[in-house]
Amino acid sequence: MKRITIEPISRIEGHGKITIHLNDEGHVAGAEFHVTQIRGFEKFTEGRPFYEMPGITARICGICPISHLLASSKACDAIMAVRIPPTARKLRELVHCAQIVQSHALSFFYLSAPDFLLGMSSNPARRNVMGVIADYPELARDGIELRKFGLQVVEGLAEERVHNSWIVPGGVAKALAASVRERILSELPAAKAIIERTIPLFKRALDNYKEEIAVFGSFPTMYAGLVDAKGNAQFYEGNLRFRAASGEIVQDQIAAEDYKQWIGEASLRESYLKAPYFVPQGFPAGVYRVGPLGRINAADGCGTPAADAELREFRERFGTVANSAFLYHYARLIEIVYALERIEALLNDPQILDAHVRATAAVNALEGVGMIEAPRGTLIHHYKVNEEGAITWANLIVATGHNNLAIGRSVQQVAEHYVDGAKLNEGMLNHVSAVVRAYDPCLSCSTHADGSLAMRIQLLNAEGALLDEIAN
Amino acid sequence: MKKVKVATVWLDGCSGCHMSLLDMDAAIISLGRKIDIVYGPLVDAQEFPEEVDVTLVEGAVSSQDDLNKIRKIRQRTQILVSLGDCAVTGNVPAMRNNIPVNKLLQRVYVDGSEEKKLIPSDRVPALLKHARPLREFVKVDHSLPGCPPPAKAILGLITELLEGRKAEAGQPVKFG
Ligand code: SF4
Repeated sequence: MKRITIEPISRIEGHGKITIHLNDEGHVAGAEFHVTQIRGFEKFTEGRPFYEMPGITARICGICPISHLLASSKACDAIMAVRIPPTARKLRELVHCAQIVQSHALSFFYLSAPDFLLGMSSNPARRNVMGVIADYPELARDGIELRKFGLQVVEGLAEERVHNSWIVPGGVAKALAASVRERILSELPAAKAIIERTIPLFKRALDNYKEEIAVFGSFPTMYAGLVDAKGNAQFYEGNLRFRAASGEIVQDQIAAEDYKQWIGEASLRESYLKAPYFVPQGFPAGVYRVGPLGRINAADGCGTPAADAELREFRERFGTVANSAFLYHYARLIEIVYALERIEALLNDPQILDAHVRATAAVNALEGVGMIEAPRGTLIHHYKVNEEGAITWANLIVATGHNNLAIGRSVQQVAEHYVDGAKLNEGMLNHVSAVVRAYDPCLSCSTHADGSLAMRIQLLNAEGALLDEIAN
Repeated sequence: MKKVKVATVWLDGCSGCHMSLLDMDAAIISLGRKIDIVYGPLVDAQEFPEEVDVTLVEGAVSSQDDLNKIRKIRQRTQILVSLGDCAVTGNVPAMRNNIPVNKLLQRVYVDGSEEKKLIPSDRVPALLKHARPLREFVKVDHSLPGCPPPAKAILGLITELLEGRKAEAGQPVKFG
């Protein structure tokens, strides 16, 4: 048995590596997806005051810090047993939608566009955002501008782009200024125009990727995401729904505090990232996927006109439940449309400038769970505290964790299709990395990152001796 | 003019410092005329190149892998910059330092799992006892504190370095 290692997987948020096992004929016999570091937030936060948790856990991830701020603040709201003011709820959703726009723009334009535009097997030295800037300056500028739009909304509300102190237990720290509202509304049309230009481009490009669509993690699983009472996809509120690949709703309206009844966690020998599974089906049978594709598959619709029109077209083409991980990219673009529509609706809400945005209270419950949809999927923060409000126990289930089992299987499927152990080349292995990229996994969130950023592919024999090596 | 070779490295950090770097927005386009990003999370780089002019490092040194990497990077880099509080002081990653590593792993993978209660051991790197700042392991030429350092401060430092001036510290920074 021989082994190929891809380390690290480049152009993803964080560091992981892939091991591909080859049999004696050089065919792929198995594959593993490893997350290579762990920070231990669950342990070292013990003893901290609960109201510090949003600020500390935001440092899990600099790409979607707002997701952690929100899930953590929701858990803290539950510990204080307060219902936050309605305007605070709307402002939290607003800042969250802005974060989804920036995070999806980063994934699509900066990290994955180099594969679509320059080619999966193109020169790796140029296959990056700088290459896109050189060859497709207009599209690159669109991507930069769209990410910037999202971040400027964040900045307008929360003052900081990365780690803000605005989202707090009980609501938000400050009301929205009328001038900021006007500014964002005036910038919205340009952001919408960008996504309206990008989606047709992507749809045309899809025809070149029929093969990838067929083998990039293309297998039936369950899908999960938050939905409202009508079954529309939600980013900030709502309860969790699981839908089977057949379209049947397996479980609906699971409230945050009941998550443990449905989601179990398994440790894996080969990864610092644990693997959640759907409890009724057990481990490892209870595989499900979250994130953009998980959400649009789980929900009945978005509830906003432009996103629903895109979603209808998507479903006509790929079915009500789409099973290829390649389609995460497509789902991400639909969600940008949805987020922009929500931003507009929320800004036009007559209550949005209301000054009452924060509830205060001390500890009124010794346990709290917060659940939201981060850009990459369902995020759960669960805390227990003592009477003084010091954390005694914490559990975090991050978006990428839910996808852990499915990413592992997808890597195997792509490796079986593209990798030939007898004549390795870089393009083959970039395909394997690209399927991981499709999930946009945030390994920073998953545990945290490890540093090696080069991609080295080694072919080892059973004793671990190096048989062949290529660097991209 | 020869382009300056810049690398960015991500050790034990949250990527927030890298995000702040991207927060220069469109300035990256004009910067792209003066620099080549030869290594980092944004590019499909090769092995860390033999000769790099400027390397920005985010994050603390937390695992044996981190340590091997930073030593090699130091040898191959002209100017090494600690980017952000994790690299400069240890910051959030160092919050685990008073907890024995096995207790930490036990809590997460054994007590924190319903199935397969085991500590990962196959092809995953070992953690160091403590997460420590860069300067405790290698010589650091510039430190840019902040969690994260503001985009302007990062762009400012890069510009200064490109012009061959010695960068001034003391930019406004914050945590929380
Ligand atoms: S200094 Fe702050 S922003 Fe930078 S990596 Fe560390 S926690 Fe993240």
